[in-house]
Amino acid sequence: MTPVERGAEDVYLSRMSTGASYNDQGGAEAAVEAGQESTPTSSGAGAGAGAGAAFGLFSTDFKKNEDLKEMLESNKESLKLEAMKRVVGLIAKGKNASELFPAVVKNVANKNIELKKLVYVYLVRYAEEQQDLALLSISTFQRALKDPNQFIRASALRVLSSIRVPIIVPIMMLAIKESAADMSPYVRKTSAHAIQKLYSLDPDQKEQLIEVIEKLLKDKSTLVAGSVVMAFEEVCPDRIDLIHKNYRKLCNLLVDVEEWGQVVIISMLTRYARTQFISPWKEGAMFDENNEKAFYDSDSEEKKDQMEAKTYIMDPDHRLLLRNTKPLLQSRNTAVVMSVAQLYWHLAPKHEVTIVTKSLVRLLRSHREVQYIVLQNIATMSIQRKGMFEPFMKSFYVRSTDSTHIKTLKLEILTNLANEANISTILREFQTYVKSQDKAFAAATIQAIGRCATNISEVTDTCLNGLVLLLSNRDETVVAESVVVIKKLLQTQPTQHSEIIKHMAKLFDNITVPMARASILWLMGEYCERVPKIAPDVLRKMAKTFTAEEDIVKLQIVNLAAKLYLTNSKQTKLLTQYILNLGKYDQNYDIRDRTRFIRQLIVPSEKSGALNKYARRILLAPKPAPVLESAFKDRDRYQLGTLSHSLNTKASGYQELSDWPAVAPDQSVRNVEVIEPVKEWAPLVGKAKQRKSDEKFYSDEEEEKEEEGSDSSGSEDSSSSSSSSSGEALCLFVCLKVYVFCLVTFILFRV
Amino acid sequence: MIHSLFLVNASGDIFLEKHWKSVVSRSVCDYFFEAQERATEPENVPPVIPTPHHYLISVLRHRIYFVAVIQSEVPPLFVIEFLHRVVDTFQDYFGVCTEAAIKDNVVVVYELLEEMLDNGFPLATESNILKELIKPPTILRTMVNTITGSTNVGEQLPTGQLSVVPWRRTGVKYTNNEAYFDVVEEIDAIIDKSGSTITAEIQGVIDACVKLTGMPDLTLSFMNPRLLDDVSFHPCVRFKRWEAERILSFIPPDGNFRLLSYHVSSQNLVAIPVYVKHNISFREGSSQGRFDLTLGPKQTMGKAVESVLVSSQLPRGVLNANLNPSQGTYTFDPVTKMLTWDVGKINPQKLPSLKGTMSLQAGASKPDENPTINIQLKIQQMAISGLKVNRLDMYGEKYKPFKGIKYMTKAGKFQVRT
Repeated sequence: MTPVERGAEDVYLSRMSTGASYNDQGGAEAAVEAGQESTPTSSGAGAGAGAGAAFGLFSTDFKKNEDLKEMLESNKESLKLEAMKRVVGLIAKGKNASELFPAVVKNVANKNIELKKLVYVYLVRYAEEQQDLALLSISTFQRALKDPNQFIRASALRVLSSIRVPIIVPIMMLAIKESAADMSPYVRKTSAHAIQKLYSLDPDQKEQLIEVIEKLLKDKSTLVAGSVVMAFEEVCPDRIDLIHKNYRKLCNLLVDVEEWGQVVIISMLTRYARTQFISPWKEGAMFDENNEKAFYDSDSEEKKDQMEAKTYIMDPDHRLLLRNTKPLLQSRNTAVVMSVAQLYWHLAPKHEVTIVTKSLVRLLRSHREVQYIVLQNIATMSIQRKGMFEPFMKSFYVRSTDSTHIKTLKLEILTNLANEANISTILREFQTYVKSQDKAFAAATIQAIGRCATNISEVTDTCLNGLVLLLSNRDETVVAESVVVIKKLLQTQPTQHSEIIKHMAKLFDNITVPMARASILWLMGEYCERVPKIAPDVLRKMAKTFTAEEDIVKLQIVNLAAKLYLTNSKQTKLLTQYILNLGKYDQNYDIRDRTRFIRQLIVPSEKSGALNKYARRILLAPKPAPVLESAFKDRDRYQLGTLSHSLNTKASGYQELSDWPAVAPDQSVRNVEVIEPVKEWAPLVGKAKQRKSDEKFYSDEEEEKEEEGSDSSGSEDSSSSSSSSSGEALCLFVCLKVYVFCLVTFILFRV
Repeated sequence: MIHSLFLVNASGDIFLEKHWKSVVSRSVCDYFFEAQERATEPENVPPVIPTPHHYLISVLRHRIYFVAVIQSEVPPLFVIEFLHRVVDTFQDYFGVCTEAAIKDNVVVVYELLEEMLDNGFPLATESNILKELIKPPTILRTMVNTITGSTNVGEQLPTGQLSVVPWRRTGVKYTNNEAYFDVVEEIDAIIDKSGSTITAEIQGVIDACVKLTGMPDLTLSFMNPRLLDDVSFHPCVRFKRWEAERILSFIPPDGNFRLLSYHVSSQNLVAIPVYVKHNISFREGSSQGRFDLTLGPKQTMGKAVESVLVSSQLPRGVLNANLNPSQGTYTFDPVTKMLTWDVGKINPQKLPSLKGTMSLQAGASKPDENPTINIQLKIQQMAISGLKVNRLDMYGEKYKPFKGIKYMTKAGKFQVRT
C-alpha cells in the first residue's frame, strides 16, 4: 500500500469510527475516497472531471449496496445467503457495511444455519455502533437460551455476550448465571467465556461475576476448567482463596484439559504455588552455589540433597503439581511445553529443573517465531544454570540460514555456556561466525568473544590475539567492533599490552569508523606512558585533522591532549594549546564546554585554584574496567515465558510472581472433605444423563461439603437469591423497553 | 487474549481483518510496517512488537504475515502457536495458504476464525471438530451444515467437543478401511570445511492418514523404541502406556494427523548420506573465481539418494556464474546471489559435479567468506536412525483394515561450510 493509499485508508477509518453513514464497496475505493476528498474544493476542470467520475463510481457503489439491501429483504433464502456472504466479505476487508444493519438484523431468527451464523458475525461486529438497532435481536437470543439443545443455548449465549451494548448488561448477567448452572458442560464453558466479556463491558459487575466464577471453579468437567481459570485470571486474579479448595482437582484434571486451557491453568497454578508453599531451594544461597560448581558434579549435589531432605519436606500438594505437569512436556503444543518449563523453573527443586531441558531444545526445531521466544527463555535460564544446557551446546550452533535475531540469541546462549572446558570448541565455532557475510552478526560475535575473554581468564590472551588479527580485516564494522572490544579487554588487564596499543596506532590511519577511532585515542591517552614515543605523534596527526573529525573523536582528541600535556608537557605543550584553541571555537557546544573545562584544569594560571594541583590525579585516575555481561542478566525478574519477559518491560496486566513465603501457610485449606482417587476425575462424557448419574454418585459428599461451609454459604445463598430476584425485575424492565423499542422500529420500517 | 487479527501480504497490504472484541483500528499495523521497513529480510521482522497501547505478535508463513493484536500480558508462545494452527487449518481446508485462496474463501475463513476463538480465547482448534462445523469448500457447499440443522440436530453438532476423544468425529464410515503411517526422518547437520561433522542429529515424525470406520483403538509398537530419546505426542496417545511399555496406544483422529515427533538420542552416531567435495576460491586482484563441486553418496545402506537440491548464497561481489553441471540444471539469481542446482538422483558410478567460473565485480575485493552449501535430499524406504515399526494392531472394531508403513529420510537443515 502506498503512503497515499494508507492515508486514504486512515481517513476512511476515522469516518467509520464516527459512524458517518457513507457507502463504499468493492474495488477502486481509494479512487472513490480521493474523489470524495476533492469534491468540496474542486475548482479546476480536470479535478472536476475526476470528481465527477468518482461520483459516478460512488453512485454505482451506492446502488450495489441498495441491491444488497434488496437481496437481504427478499423472500428467497439463497439470495439472502448470497448477500450475507458479500457483506461478510466487506467486513473482512475492513469496509464499512454498517448501514445495512436493519436489513441484516431482520434475518437473525432465520432458520438457515449458515445465514444465521453470518448474521451473528455481522451483529457482533456492528452492534457497538448501532446499539439501538442491536436491541432488536435480543429477544431472539433470549428465546434461544431456553432451547432444549445445548448447542443452541451455547451459541445464543456466545452471541448475546459478544454484543457490546451496555443497556443489556442485566440481561447478560442473568443469562450467565443461568448458564453457569446449565446441565451441559459446553454451555457452562460458554458462560465462563461470557464472564470475561461482561467484565470488560462493565467492570462494576465484578462482585456478582466472582460469585459465578466461584461456582464454576467447582465444576468437575475438563471442558470448563480452562475457560473458568481464564475468567478467574481476567476478573479476579488476586482472589487466590478461591483456588484452595479446587487446587487438587485442577492438578488432577490438568492432563485431560484441552491444550489452551492447560497453558492458562499452569500459569495460574505457578502463581498460586509461589504463595502457598515454602521454597524448595535450600536457603537461597544454593542459588549462587549452583552456578559455581554443584551442577558440574551431580554426585555432590545428590549428597547435599540427601542432607537437605532431612530439613526440608515438600508439601504433598506441591509434589502433586510437579508430578502432574511433567507428562505435559511431551505435548505437541509449544506453549504448553514452555509453560511447564517455566513452572519447573519457578517451583521445582533445583536438581529437578533439568528435566525440562530436552523438551525446550526440541522446540528449537519448530517455526522461527517459536525459536525466537524459546531461545530468549533459554538465554535467561542459561545465565543462572549453565549445566542445564551445556550437553546441548551444539543445538545452538548458528546456521547461515537462521534469521539475524535467532543468530544473535544463539550467540548469547553459547557465550553464557562457555567455560574452561568447552571454550576452545566455542571459539573455533566463533571463528566461522566472524567471517559471516551478515556483518551485524559478525560484530555481535566479536562482542561475544570479548565476553568470553573476560569471563574465562585462561583464554584472554588467545582471544586478544585473535581480535588483533581481525584488526586487519577488510570490513570496517568488524574492525571497529574489534577495536572497541580490545579497548575493553585492555582495560581489564592493562599491564602487558603495549605491543597491541602500538599495533593499533599503526592501523589508526586506515580506520574510519568514529567509534573505533575514539576508542584507540582513548587507549593512547590512558596508557600514554607505555607508548611514550608514539602517543605524541598520534596527537600531532590528530591536530592536523581535528576539524574534519566526528564529535566523539574530537572529544577524545581533547582528552588525549590533556593527558599528554600532564605526562609529557615538554613535547606536547604547543600541540595541546593548538588543539584547545581549535576546540574553543568548535561548532559543537559539548566540545567547547569540554575544552574550557580541560583548559582550566590543566593549564596553570592565577585564577585556577586547588583543582589544578590534582589535575593529574583526576584525569589519570585508575578507572574501573567495564563489565561485559549478558543482556539477559536481569531478565529473570519476570516470570519466564511471559510477554513481559520477552519484551523486558512490564506488559500491562502482568502479574508479579511473589517470593516464597517464609513460613508455609495453612495446608489444610486445600483439604476437600473426601479425597477422591484420581480415576474419578476422568473427563465426564458430556451427556447430561451421565452427568446426572455422576452427580448422584458424588451427591452425598457434595452435600456434606456444602454443609461444611454452613452458615457463611447459607447467608450468601439467601443474599444472592434476593439479588437475583431484584436482577430479574430489572431485567424484565429492560426487556419491556426492548420490546417497545422493537415495535416502534418495526412500525417505522413499514412506513 | 487475542484481540484482533490482520493478514498482511508481502507488499504490505492488509487484506483481511477480524476482531474478536471491540474493533481495533487498522492503523495499529503502522507499527508493524515500520518494523518491516527496518528489517532487511522478511524473516527479520521481530515476532513481538510493543506499541503504546497494544502488542503485535506476528508469524510469517507462505509470505503472509499473520499479525495478532494483544492488549495485555499473555504468553507469547500461546499466540504464536495459535497463529500457526490457523495457518495449518487454512492449508488443510484450501490445500494452499495463499492470499488468493484466502480471498476466494473469505466466508469460510471468517466462519473458521469465528469458531476458533471466542472472545480471543481458543475454542475449537482441532481439525476434526472444525470440519464437522464447517465443511471444507471442496464438498458441495449446498449441503452446508450445521449447528441447528433442520432435521438431525443432535448428530450435526460438534459432538467431538464434548466427548472424551475430542479429536475424533463420531459416526465415521468408510468402505475401504485403511491406515497409513509415514515415518519421516530429517537429518540436521553442519559439516565443516574439511568434511568432518560438527553437529548432526536426527529428528523424526510419524505422520498418519487413518481412514477407519467407527471408534478403532490402535496400538503401534517399535522394534527398537530405545532409539527414541525425546518425543512429543498427538493428544490422542496414551502417555501412561508409553511410559510403561513403550507402546503407542491411541484412538486416532479421522484423516491426516501427526502422531508423534521424536528426537533420536545423541549418543547414536548419525550416518551422513552424502559427501561434498568442493573447491570454491577467489583470487586477490582477479575478477574471476573458481567453483567446483562434486557430490557423492556415503552411508546410504544401498539406497538411492534422490531429489537432491543444492543451494548456496554466493558472496555479494559475485556478478555472474558460468557453470557446467554434469547432470541436472542450475540457476543463478544475480539479484539475490542465490545459486541453486537441481541435481536429481545421485548415480554412484558417475558422480554429479558442477564446475566453472564466477565473475566478480571489477575492483571488488576478495570476499572473506566462502559460501555455505545447503543440501536437500530424499532417501526412500529407509529411516536413517534404523527405527522400525514392529506391528500395528486394532481393537474395538471387527473389520480388517489395510495397513501400510512407509519410511523416508530427508535432509533437514543440512549445511556444508566451505
